[in-house]
Amino acid sequence: MRRALTGFVGAVLEAWQELRVHRTRVLLSLIGVAVAVCSLTTVVALGAIVQQANEELSERSSGRPATLYVSAYTNDGGTLDAEAMDAAWQETLDRYHVDYASRVAQTMLLVPFVTGGLQVGAQAVDLPYGEMHRLRITEGSWFTEADAARLAPALVVNEVFWDRIGRPDLATHPTVRLGGDHGATAIVVGVYPAASWETEPSMYLLADQLAAVRAADPSGGTESDPYGGGTQYEMWVPPAISTELTELVRRDIGAALGDGVQVDVNRQDYAQYGDDPFLVTKLVVGGIAVLVLLLGALGLVNIALVTVKQRVREIGIRRSFGATAGRVFFAVMMESVVATVAAGAVGVMAAVLLVQSPMVQEFVGQGMVSDFPPFPVDAALLGLASATLVGALAGLLPALVAVRVKVIDAIRY
Amino acid sequence: MTLLRLEDVTRTVLPPDQPALTILNGVSLTVSPGDRVSIVGRSGSGKSTLLNLMGLLDLPTSGVLEFDGRPAKSISGAARDRMRGARIGFVFQQFNLLPGRTALENVTMPLHYAEGRQFWRRRTLAAEMLEQVGLGHRLDSMPDRLSGGEQQRVAIARSLVRGPELILADEPTGALDLDTGQSVMELIDEVATRTGAALVTITHDPAIARRAHDHYRLDRGVLTRVDDPADLHGDAPPAAATIAGDAPPACDTTSPYRTGEILAGKIPAGGSTGPGPSTSPTPGADS
Repeated sequence: MRRALTGFVGAVLEAWQELRVHRTRVLLSLIGVAVAVCSLTTVVALGAIVQQANEELSERSSGRPATLYVSAYTNDGGTLDAEAMDAAWQETLDRYHVDYASRVAQTMLLVPFVTGGLQVGAQAVDLPYGEMHRLRITEGSWFTEADAARLAPALVVNEVFWDRIGRPDLATHPTVRLGGDHGATAIVVGVYPAASWETEPSMYLLADQLAAVRAADPSGGTESDPYGGGTQYEMWVPPAISTELTELVRRDIGAALGDGVQVDVNRQDYAQYGDDPFLVTKLVVGGIAVLVLLLGALGLVNIALVTVKQRVREIGIRRSFGATAGRVFFAVMMESVVATVAAGAVGVMAAVLLVQSPMVQEFVGQGMVSDFPPFPVDAALLGLASATLVGALAGLLPALVAVRVKVIDAIRY
Repeated sequence: MTLLRLEDVTRTVLPPDQPALTILNGVSLTVSPGDRVSIVGRSGSGKSTLLNLMGLLDLPTSGVLEFDGRPAKSISGAARDRMRGARIGFVFQQFNLLPGRTALENVTMPLHYAEGRQFWRRRTLAAEMLEQVGLGHRLDSMPDRLSGGEQQRVAIARSLVRGPELILADEPTGALDLDTGQSVMELIDEVATRTGAALVTITHDPAIARRAHDHYRLDRGVLTRVDDPADLHGDAPPAAATIAGDAPPACDTTSPYRTGEILAGKIPAGGSTGPGPSTSPTPGADS
């Protein structure tokens, strides 16, 4: 035990001394390792962020896992009784204690901007929709219960819309007209970011308030559902019971609406097929990272081998003063490992600084990531573990060469 | 008590695609604590191989090699390494100090392979040892900032810092001028005497060899004892007792070493009187 302790401490001291003496060479060789580890860690961390961005994008369009979409239509092509459907829907939500559910209706509303009136795409939703689709709000906030109780409809608009009305401070409760002459005055309560391809204004409003706007101005200004899809119903449920719930919801709503009505319940979120939809991204990113690391390791092995050849005499001297073959092997390995771990730590720190910099986050997120994940701990650990592994592998060959040194020949060399 | 014993030791190597080559042939040698042994031999005579064996760096092909009564073959490689570090000290011709390390770090190096108190107090012990060889003021000097003599003193401090029982000096003055060589040998002698260590000096300088009490000549792998140190010079052992091997070739009887003139201090300083290496009087050579 005592021998093992002194042996270990001695080997680390020797390794440190060796690194100190050859600091220029070590520094140069380690730059490669640090860059490789930095690249690996950065790629893995960015991969996680890109995955997060993809998930958020998917969630924004089709909801979080598991989101069930319910739609109903009459078999004879007639109009579905919306009130009956709403009642059946509410009853089903209550029965299964589903807290996150929303109606979603697409519509167009006339908004008289100062540059002229414009039909603006609007989605009429319920309160939980923002949470269900992880909507990112840059100004103001998503709808609250207080907004639902307003007499004037509340709006959450995109940045293009907000620009059109002059980017007013939301604390001043800016208003816009909706509809034609008999339209309503709506209050803008929140702003969500527009994707880079979005150039037209759009907005959300609460489904119940849309009904009030239509009731006030039935003649003009609104175009109901230009896509002909009717109102959709979404519910966010635990993935584990989603399959079972799909059947139950179809049965219950179908029964409530009676014969002649077809009810469809589908799961449409990105995780609906069970397998990892980002597997390909992960594999590609991982492959690149491994290649980068291999290149760094090759450079290190090269330098380490040349160095050991130059150190034959020193190794011979150490052997003649009592260094066992195992000790020489361990010391040469330790040099490599100590050095690469230090370089790995530097590389990981550089990667953290790089990935967490606002510029990189903006570039990677493209304004689409609301919950920018913190630097992934597993990426940092992977970087350090890879550095240690590369150090051990790169030290292995030189250590084997060092053990084979013939002592007296080495000294007289 | 015998520290090191070689009995009829043979060392053979097998060069690729060539017949076996005998480097050492029937070598017998006994070294006890406090002994002063010199071994003289030309290049290629097998000195390095003998040094390997005495330093437990190699094992004989046949014969007996014992250290402190234990056959070397019965000791594992790692145990032999540890035994070498703890009980044998090397002094090399080219000093072989580690470049880029201070004198203190060089002397500390063997203590990295020690255990217990020696390991944990290594810097103190190394500084004390350097003090003893007169380099207490050069602890932080790099080898390339030291003179040849100072470097060899550091090397001596390094070889003695673990208190070895056997000091193997391989051409210890080969890279030094005569005066410095003499003072270095005096230092080694003094420290060895003080610590009671045995000193085996391998050299091709008869003047250095004569400082020892027991003299041997190694020629073509055969070790012969030389009773009269004056006979150390020449191509081959003269009227020496052949321990093993074939009869030695004729010696150079005209050498001043042969006639003992150098030993008696009759050669003027700086003069060269014979075919052997030039040397100055060796007042310490009294054996």
